[in-house]
Amino acid sequence: MTDLLAIGTRKGLWLARSDDERRTWTLDGPHLLAQEVAAVSIDTRGSAPRVLAGIQYGHWGPTVMWSDDLGGSWNENDHGAIRFPEDTGAALARVWQLRPDSADRPDVVWAGCEPHSLWRSTDGGRSFELMRGLHDHPHRSTWEPGGGGGAVHTVLPDPSSDRVTVAMSTGGVYVSEDGGEKWEPRNKGITVTFGPDPLPEYGQCVHKVAIDAAGPDRMYAQNHFGVFRTDDAGISWTSIAGGLPADFGFPVVAAPRTPGTAWVIPLVADMQRVPPDGRLRVHRTRDAGETWTELGEGLPDGNWSAVMRDAFCADDHDVTGLYFGTRDGCVYASADEGDTFTLVADHLPDVLAVRAARLT
Amino acid sequence: MSVQVLLPGVLAALAGGEKHLDLEPTGATLGDLLDALEGQHPMLGRRIRDETGAVRRFVNVYVDGDDVRFNGGLATPVRDGAEVQVLPSVAGG
Repeated sequence: MTDLLAIGTRKGLWLARSDDERRTWTLDGPHLLAQEVAAVSIDTRGSAPRVLAGIQYGHWGPTVMWSDDLGGSWNENDHGAIRFPEDTGAALARVWQLRPDSADRPDVVWAGCEPHSLWRSTDGGRSFELMRGLHDHPHRSTWEPGGGGGAVHTVLPDPSSDRVTVAMSTGGVYVSEDGGEKWEPRNKGITVTFGPDPLPEYGQCVHKVAIDAAGPDRMYAQNHFGVFRTDDAGISWTSIAGGLPADFGFPVVAAPRTPGTAWVIPLVADMQRVPPDGRLRVHRTRDAGETWTELGEGLPDGNWSAVMRDAFCADDHDVTGLYFGTRDGCVYASADEGDTFTLVADHLPDVLAVRAARLT
Repeated sequence: MSVQVLLPGVLAALAGGEKHLDLEPTGATLGDLLDALEGQHPMLGRRIRDETGAVRRFVNVYVDGDDVRFNGGLATPVRDGAEVQVLPSVAGG
């Protein structure tokens, strides 16, 4: 069994492999050198694993690239995998999220992009179609950019139904129950600190959403201030930030096999995007956010970096592995759900996205 | 009409390794020339323009030495025998 870790950075992609049950890792790269890789995904549904990358050529624009030989060679669609239709008058600015669907939808891949848009591929990520239902939503004119740009950054297809949940900055959480045609905001209880109404129906800057292993109706949200949980598919959200040293941060990750277990990486505040007291720590809940435990074995003090919303992920081993990368180019891994961390790589560029997968 | 397009090294691979391309556009503007270029080399065309047809923000295009941003943009006339140069901006990247 090999474990693969894909690390997207501001200046390229690195791949790390472990062949000893996640005890040690071998780094391979850079791939796609000098290209920004803000989204990465490892699709293991086919006969060979496909690494998908949302890249930005800098001067030459964004696109999606893929490799079917673990980085030996890369492909792109001549005409661009993601192209806004002419009538929209829009141009792709960045690919923020690439998300393969479930095993029983083997060629479906979702993409969340900037400007705010959701895309769906039915050919494994070679080409995508704009999901008009979200693009033409009447709220569109109100969706403002967050600090990093205005985008659909999270896409969560439900493997057991036609539900698709997205999160955007800003805009908040939107849910479709019909595969992406009709959408409704579901943000009740999620707060806004940058507008006159602290609890608007939509317009939140939700940073990340993760689905709990208990089932698709339970989700966690790391917000622009605030950590929340829903038990009704987003219809209502409750604060679960009590016990955290700070409620600002970007990623939230849920264990894929263990209900009630999730992790966040707190930062002090929007105006101080650093770990509290310079101590880079992961916080874990085992009870769906009622209580939190600080985890720091193997993690540094004196660290003033941050972890971006897609730079933290879990694998799907029975004992969940965790992986995150920092803006100062370090990548850490845990094979024991965060009890201990080891350094996989350092001196990389700004880490923007990490994804892990088991390869058979 | 024949126009020579000069490409930076980083884009030459998308034109079969050629830094100098000779094109015969059917129209007389820069936009027509770039349409012709994209028709022959779609990936190269995408590097220069986005899907709205606009030249990318950090890409500079010169027609006979003049930056098209300061004259006609995509409507800049391109004469028979013109030299059109594509360069990455010193900003960006």
